[in-house]
This record gives sequence, C-alpha cells and structure tokens, in this order.
Amino acid sequence: MSYTRPLDFKNGRIEMSHGSGGRAMAHLITELFAKAFDNPYLAQGNDGALLPHASGRLVMSTDSHVVSPLFFAGGDIGCLSVHGTINDVAMMGARPLYLSAAFILEEGFPLMDLKRIAESMARASLEAGVPIVTGDTKVVEQGKGDGVFITTTCIGVVRDGVTLSGELAQPGDRILLSGAIGDHGMAVLSRREGLSFDAPIVSDTAALHGLVAAMLDCGACLRVLRDPTRGGLATTLNEIARQSGVGMLLQEAAIPVHQTVEAACEFLGLDPLYVANEGKLLAICAAGDAERLLEVMRSHPLGMDAAIIGEVLEDAHGFVQMHTRFGGRRIVDWLAGEQLPRIC
Amino acid sequence: MKYVDEFRDGELAKVIAANIAREADSQRVYRLMEFCGGHTHAISRYGLADLLPASVRLIHGPGCPVCVLPIGRVDQAIRLATDQGVILCTYADTMRVPASDNLTLMRARAGGADVRMIYSTQDALKIARDNPERQVVFFAIGFETTTPPTAVAVKQAAAENLRNFSILCNHVLTPAAMHAILAVEGGVALDGFIGPAHVSTVIGSQPYEIFADDYAKPVVIAGFEPLDVMQAILMLIRQINGGRAAVENEFTRAVTREGNRKAQAWVAEVFELREVFEWRGLGSVPYSALKLRKVFSEFDAELKFSVGYVAVPDHKACECAAILRGQKHPQECKIFGTVCTPENPIGSCMVSSEGACAAHYSYGRLRGVTP
Amino acid sequence: MCLAIPARIEQLVGKDSAIVNLGGVKKEVSLALVEDVAVGDYVIVHAGYALQKLDEEEALRTLEVFAEFNAMNDAEGGKP
Repeated sequence: MSYTRPLDFKNGRIEMSHGSGGRAMAHLITELFAKAFDNPYLAQGNDGALLPHASGRLVMSTDSHVVSPLFFAGGDIGCLSVHGTINDVAMMGARPLYLSAAFILEEGFPLMDLKRIAESMARASLEAGVPIVTGDTKVVEQGKGDGVFITTTCIGVVRDGVTLSGELAQPGDRILLSGAIGDHGMAVLSRREGLSFDAPIVSDTAALHGLVAAMLDCGACLRVLRDPTRGGLATTLNEIARQSGVGMLLQEAAIPVHQTVEAACEFLGLDPLYVANEGKLLAICAAGDAERLLEVMRSHPLGMDAAIIGEVLEDAHGFVQMHTRFGGRRIVDWLAGEQLPRIC
Repeated sequence: MKYVDEFRDGELAKVIAANIAREADSQRVYRLMEFCGGHTHAISRYGLADLLPASVRLIHGPGCPVCVLPIGRVDQAIRLATDQGVILCTYADTMRVPASDNLTLMRARAGGADVRMIYSTQDALKIARDNPERQVVFFAIGFETTTPPTAVAVKQAAAENLRNFSILCNHVLTPAAMHAILAVEGGVALDGFIGPAHVSTVIGSQPYEIFADDYAKPVVIAGFEPLDVMQAILMLIRQINGGRAAVENEFTRAVTREGNRKAQAWVAEVFELREVFEWRGLGSVPYSALKLRKVFSEFDAELKFSVGYVAVPDHKACECAAILRGQKHPQECKIFGTVCTPENPIGSCMVSSEGACAAHYSYGRLRGVTP
Repeated sequence: MCLAIPARIEQLVGKDSAIVNLGGVKKEVSLALVEDVAVGDYVIVHAGYALQKLDEEEALRTLEVFAEFNAMNDAEGGKP
C-alpha cells in the first residue's frame, strides 16, 4: 500500500483535486469528514446510505448555509447547518432521524478552518442524536465561493395524530415564543459592524427537537410551530397570518429581548423583531392550552424564557398588529428587502 | 439604557396623553408639522397617534433628507458608480431609492458597481486609504446633524492628502425648508412646528426664532423619544391655546440656544451656501443647501467627474411632492399601497423608514385616516 | 438623518476618539465635534461621531417636568 501523506491541518488548504473525485478527495473525506462524523451509515462507504425502515409519515427538509463570518460568538456555519435543518423538521412535529451534508469549498480554504467546522458539526450532530449519514464535496476556483457553503438535508418521522401546518391558526389561539429574540442576528452583525460588548451577544443556535418533543408530549392542542430565522419574528408571524388567513395582536411588553441585543439594535438602527434567530420557536396553540404549554416550555432548558406574546384574531387584512410598550398600536409588517442599518 | 428607557415610559405617556386630551380644545384642529425623520419614525413606531385626541393632527414635513433628494441627484451617485467606476460609499438609507431607468444603488451593485454601505464618514476615509488606486466617493446626504461628520472627513482627507477621496454633496438646511414650506403657493395649513431633535443639537434653538417672530408660528424643539414628542405637543397646544408664538425647548438635555459651536465652525470652514438647490416637493429653493468651498474643491466629486445634474421629474402618479409639503396624506396618493409599496417603491417617501409613506404603510395602515 | 443615541464615555482613545457604552454595547466614536468630554460623561452619538454632551441635570429636570406638569394639572383640575 502506498504511503499517503496525512492532511496538513495546520497549514494546508483546499485544492481543486479535493473535489475531483480522485484519491485526494477520497483522502479528504476519510481523514476529515468520515473521521469527524463517524457513524455506521457513513462507514458503509457508498454513495447513498442504506437506512432502516421508518414507520410513520416522513418529513424532509433542506437548508443552505452561507453565513458570513463563518465563525461567530456562540457558533459557526457548521453547527448552524446541523441545527437549522434539524429545526425545520422538528417544526413539523417530526423526530429528526438522519442528516446529509453537502459542501461547496473554495480553492484555498484553510484546512484548519474546515476541520474546526467539521468537528463543530460532529458535536452538534452527536448532541442532537442525529447522525450525518451521507454527504458530498465539491471545490470551486478561488474567488468563486465564500470559503465554504454547506447544504444540509434532514429526514424525520412524524408521530401519528400530529399535524402542524402554517394554515391551521385560528382566531382565539395564543402565540407563544420560546425565548429572547435577536441574539443570532446581532451576534453575527455586531462582529461585522465593529461593536464590542461588556457581556457578549452570543448566537442562540440550538437544536429544538427535544423542546418540541416535550411540547407534543404534554398533549396541548398545537396548531403551528415555526422557527423565526431570516426576517425574524415579524416575518414568520406575517407568513403564518397570510397562510391561515387571520390577523394577530402582539404585546410588545411580553416579547423577551436581552438588554444587550436591544442596545446593539439601537446603535445600528435595527428592530429586534426583524433580526434572525437560530434557537427559538414560535408556537400557536388553542387558547385553553396556552398556560400549560408555557409551563412545559419553561421547564425545558431551551424554553426557560418562554412567554405568551399575543393572540390570533379574525382579520380580513391579515395584519399582524402590536400594542407597543408605550401604549399605542402599530402594524408589524413584513420585512421589505434587507433590513438595512439606518442612521436616520 | 440610561436616558433612553426613562423617556419611553408607558405610564408617563398615559399621564401626558391625559393632559393633552384635557387641554386640547375639541372645537378646533391643531395642525402640527414635524420636521425630523426621527420624529416621523418615533410617532409611527410607538403608535403615538393613538394617544392623541382627534383634534391633534400630526403632519409629516420634509424632514427626511433621503425623501427630499430629487431623482437626478441619485442618478449622479449611480452614474459615478456605474460609469466612472468609483467606490461609492453611502449610508444605507439611500440604497433602495428609485432613480431613473428603474435603477437604485442596490440594483447598480447587483449589476457589478462597487457600492458600499457605511456607518460613518470615517469608514469612507478608511476605504480611500485602503484602496489608493481607486477613486472613492462619499454620497453625502443629510440635514445639519449629518453635515459636521462630512466636514470632519473632508478636512481629514485634506490633511492626509487623500487625493482619491471626494464627496457628492447633498447636504441641506432645515430653516430653509421651513421657509419654503411656509412660502408654498396656496399655503400649508399649519399651527405649529415640532422642531427637529438632533438638528437642533447642532444649530441651536436660535434659528427658529424667525418663525415665531415673523410667521407667528410656535416652535417647540422636541427630543427624540416618544415622551419628548408628547410633551412637545402639549407645549405647542398650550401656546396655541394662549395665542402665543415662541420658540420653546423641550430637549434641554441636548439643545441650547447657540447649539454646538464647534460643529458649526467645522461646517463653516468646509462648506458654503449654494445659491439654489432643487428639492423634491419644494422645487428650487434658494440658499437651502451646501457645497464645498473653493479651497476644498479637489474633494468635490461634481467637479472631479463629469456627472452633471440632470433634473428628472417624479413619476406622474407619485404624490411625494405634496406629501413632503404636508398638503397630502399618503392615503391620498392613488398608488399608495397598490403599485407603490415598500417592496416596490415608486417614490422616496416609501423607501426611507422615516418617509411618511413608508412609516404609514408599515405602522399606520390600521386606523382610517382623516386627511 | 436623525438616529442618534445617548451613550456613556467609557474610555478615551488617542486625541480624538472614545469608546462609548450604551446598555453594555461598546463602539469607538469620534470626538472631533465636541470638547471637554471626560470618562463618565454622556454624549449623543450619530453616524460614528459624538455630537453633543448630554446635560444630565437637564435630563433629570425634564423627567421631573413631565411629572410636575401633570401633577399641577391634576391639582388644578386641568386648567392651564
């Protein structure tokens, strides 16, 4: 057997050969990805993973991750890509079972960073109990990619009797939020904008399927679950309102926001309602079950700051309204374009 | 957040609101114009109109410097980026303002132009230093709050001999806008002004005295927070009820009669008055805007590059002009909310979150509006 | 162009800059437009520059006026 030089994780970089399907790529996969993700399905070593029977309705979701910077307080593109897709499946009320991960790497990308990312994914995957069973690697020329893009897909199974969907919200239902908003977006943006902190803003990236399972277990009449990622709480609620053909009324005073996040938003002229979250969920449930559901959420580590933030109304316009802390009322509209930091 | 949270206290708001309700004469209308993008935004974001009696009407004036920029000026900025290949630095507020040929600075960037959003003029200087082989132009907009930072940048560029740096100057003046409003043909029905917060920090309260003295319109300078605005409204109502017209200052924690002399000096050193400048909605207004003094002319992008100003009329159906003058309400624009939305803005009032149309669309569509 | 925030000067940097702190968030801003500011002072910050020192006594007085005005009105039954 010929000697293969071990990958130089200290100074090495991705080269075009790592994506060409030949020895170099096989080496990269074995030495880096397979080693990090280590599970029997991946070890099968085939193009497709052969998985056991799953009984129940299947849920599948996919997400591409292009976050910049790649590393930020509280996480990185790796764990983000694991959490994000697991969460999409969990929001359907499904138990996530398996993940796939596809990498588009830019020529010249440091192997040290790739290793860090892979290990972060491995940790996230292990903690969540959802193995990465198959994957793909491609390399693009320098300048044609932003370091690394990761696409993950997750498959899960929904338990019988559970149907969660965005069009099921009804007037009278209560809206619950699992915790403080704006942490992830501000953690990423603050790095870019040169803000620093007494107490750093840390991304809230987390896998929520455990919290979801606890919520489903308690038997509350749940209608919709959704995680407010890009576009924030405001956009997600507007989506649901439109899908269900209803309106909503929120209480600003009830929406938890960490003080540092609030201050960072002030600095940059942003509204926390529109800032991305990666470890929070919105739940819409029948009014009678709201208190019970809240208690269940608060007993879970990822729902300790959960709150009832509003209710669903009958409204032909489909407005999401809010009672401001100040006492007036306003609309919380869709995000138009990108939320651009204002100076004005 | 100290000096922020206390001025957003909902309990105090109720008390001030009760007093406004008590003192406002229900037999008359109080038409109060606010002149500050920050006020437009605060009124909308906190739903202040809900706390006021129907007799108090808040009118949005031309306080949003993005909104008053005529299309032709945005075209110049875009042409600098696309045709002249400069690095065009701008505050984020201008990125989506619709210009000619269905372009915006954002679309120009998508088309390959080097347009960069910055937070401070210091960022623009840094870009110029880091890219000595490229021309860097700063799209300078804003009222008197934003002009001193530009002055500092130009002086610094001069001191460092930063020859690849220049500005496209669109700084405008608040008192000139107020004069223009009051001089509008047919008049604008107004009973008083809520004076801008941070502009007044710089220029002081003294420049408004002419409006109280000569035009008999009370002016109350209001701080930026919702309680400030409410208190200022109460103070205006008191003046109007009492038949008085004076300049009062609610924002005493940051505004004095003379203002910030140091900032004023920076501006006076670097800029001088343009004889005339076109405003969206107000037409050509004399001595209402600034340009660089001759000694700094090498930093003037209009002289450096051949991007002459070409006046471009607004879209035919766009009512930004009348809205900026306070003569029409966004609801009265035929294309408001239908063709013209935040996703697809036709006029600048819909782009900037301080624009009357954007503010109303995003926050105010709830309540039916009495024009 | 009015978005400005009051922040506390935490540390002076060089001749013309300072690190300010608002609610635990810190940023470096230019002091070119103000004078006689010291650590502990509050300034109004706009677009990366301190624009004006905040007069803390006046701030407190304003808050008191909100309450005073209203108490006075309550006492007099709302007559100016």
